[in-house]
Amino acid sequence: MSIILNKNSRVLVCGITGGHGSFHTEQCIAYGTNIVAGVTPGKGGTKHLGVPVFNTVSDAVKETSADTSMIFVPAPYAADSILECAYNGIKVIICITEGIPVMDMARVKKHLNNLKSQGKNIILVGPNCPGVITPGEAKCGIMPGYIHKKGSMGIVSRSGTLTYEAVWQITNEGIGESTVVGIGGDPVQGMNFVDTIKLFNEDNETKSILMIGEIGGSAEEDAAKFIKENVKKPVFAFIAGKTAPKGRRMGHAGAIVEGSAGTHESKVKALKEAGITVIENLSDTGKIVSSVLKSKV
Amino acid sequence: MKLVEYEGKDLFIKYSIPTAKRYGVVKIGEDISKLKIDEYPVVIKAQVLAGGRGKAGGVKIAKNESEAKEIIKNMLGMTLVTHQTGGKGIKVEEVLVEKANDIEREIYISVIMDRKISSPTIIASKEGGMSIEELAKDKPELIIKMPVDVESGLMDWQARELAYKLDITDKSLFCEFTAFAKNLVKVFINYDANLVEVNPLIITKEKKLIALDSKVIVDDNSLFRHKDIASLPDRESSELEKEAKKIEINYIGLDGSVGCMVNGAGLAMATLDTIKLAGGDAANFLDVGGGANVEQITNAFKIILKDPKVKAVLVNIFGGIMKCDNIAKGIVEAAKNVDIKVPVVVRLEGTNVKEGKEILKNSGLKFEQADSLWDGCKKAVALCK
Repeated sequence: MSIILNKNSRVLVCGITGGHGSFHTEQCIAYGTNIVAGVTPGKGGTKHLGVPVFNTVSDAVKETSADTSMIFVPAPYAADSILECAYNGIKVIICITEGIPVMDMARVKKHLNNLKSQGKNIILVGPNCPGVITPGEAKCGIMPGYIHKKGSMGIVSRSGTLTYEAVWQITNEGIGESTVVGIGGDPVQGMNFVDTIKLFNEDNETKSILMIGEIGGSAEEDAAKFIKENVKKPVFAFIAGKTAPKGRRMGHAGAIVEGSAGTHESKVKALKEAGITVIENLSDTGKIVSSVLKSKV
Repeated sequence: MKLVEYEGKDLFIKYSIPTAKRYGVVKIGEDISKLKIDEYPVVIKAQVLAGGRGKAGGVKIAKNESEAKEIIKNMLGMTLVTHQTGGKGIKVEEVLVEKANDIEREIYISVIMDRKISSPTIIASKEGGMSIEELAKDKPELIIKMPVDVESGLMDWQARELAYKLDITDKSLFCEFTAFAKNLVKVFINYDANLVEVNPLIITKEKKLIALDSKVIVDDNSLFRHKDIASLPDRESSELEKEAKKIEINYIGLDGSVGCMVNGAGLAMATLDTIKLAGGDAANFLDVGGGANVEQITNAFKIILKDPKVKAVLVNIFGGIMKCDNIAKGIVEAAKNVDIKVPVVVRLEGTNVKEGKEILKNSGLKFEQADSLWDGCKKAVALCK
């Protein structure tokens, strides 16, 4: 088992013909992802990278039974693309696009909540994220496939390259990953830490969990509470931004300490109190995870 | 994008939110002779992006023209240090001149994006004047939180409920307030704000409602659809930060001496933290982007080296989709384009890392190579001492 994505996922790419969409779709196909359709309005009926392109998500789902989507649509139109997927039968939406206005995402969340109350539970990952990979099965995103190795650690992160750094260390320790989920760096997003950790907790293949957070918001504190009450698997955490100046956005729209909220200190405190192993030095991630897991065997 | 008080109030005026009568804005090099002031006293307010201006001498009342002239002369050009400026000062380049009002009551009200529930939310308190942080600490029981539907805005019943909770019962004020609250939410939603704050909202002795101050932050990601906001001056960024922004490099100047070039925002943040653990301080945050091509690396070197505090540069790149040998070629070419006078430590990781390291070694340029992030940080910190 894995979470969110596996080799049977039938993936539709929104914005498949754009520069970014094109490049990464090719990489995903090379990794073994089952890409069944693309959507670019105005290009329906054509083929791109050997994949049939449709004008609308509705047509694509009807013809190909796609159940998962990966979005590369430019920021001004990306929220609309998420909603098009949500209203046309896609179950898992992975939005890579960076720079979507927060108000657009608030509207998206409202609609997803409405759909949920009608019994349609749609998973949204992102936006502004590297995507999801289940090593050895499929990848939907922009992460380099080769740094991953099929294994037992579930990893969830608000960042991109920072995750690759941690993944690489976990791979080199021989532990490997069950699924790696980039939930993205925006203040309003789809799945959060708690949603993802819940899935990892229920997944038999995931034996331990690594959470990579950063300053801003309170998602890490919420996760600490959830883990304390529900998770028996070993959990590790790294929080970036200890030295970030107050009130400045550190690259990610969501990485900002506002007043006394969202500090590194409060997150680390909450995590430690929940019995989570907090990694202080990123370079030690592999070593620490390895030694703690060995001591538990 | 952070707006100063009068820019925020310009948005308020467009949405019929009552503000104090404005006589004008005076910039450095100007005086008040251009203003037509028909009535004294007036309030003179420094237009800087920091709270706590009053206590720091950035808000003053003038009873007559000569007093006003004197105050404006002294305030323009002064360096304001408040509890929000982080020990440094901000130079006052503009002052706002408004009619002074007799205050009977002060109320706190703001609209924020509540990340937890992904929804705009009103935060209010019947006691205004102090910051929301102080309020949360001293009188948390007085803080009212009211989520607002992002598509419908503030509904009438919500506006009424808010008025009752804030003890606004006077009949004409009640109507003024409900209209005000609905309009404030409109400003927040229509301008894609991250924050719209009125502190204080006052009731005057004449029973009039006035937004006495404004704090507005507009979502940078939305500027493509707010040309009017995008054209306002960027007052938060330093000259170097503005220059970096123009060439699409995410750069934030810091106080240390280790210049940093990293791909990805999260890894960049973590690199700053690791430098600190290694006993040093970073001179900047810099995300060179996921692609890390020659042009971006060259530009990044140029920006980093413009900061005279930089004594060594640490390049930390995780070669993902782009392989390490290609990145190494980029670094070598960029280094040849830029005259680098400080030592450069390079830490590469990812595919083809061996080939990448060979390229750096054989380039004829003096790169100090590092085997891990920790090794790179230690080396860069040592070179700064």
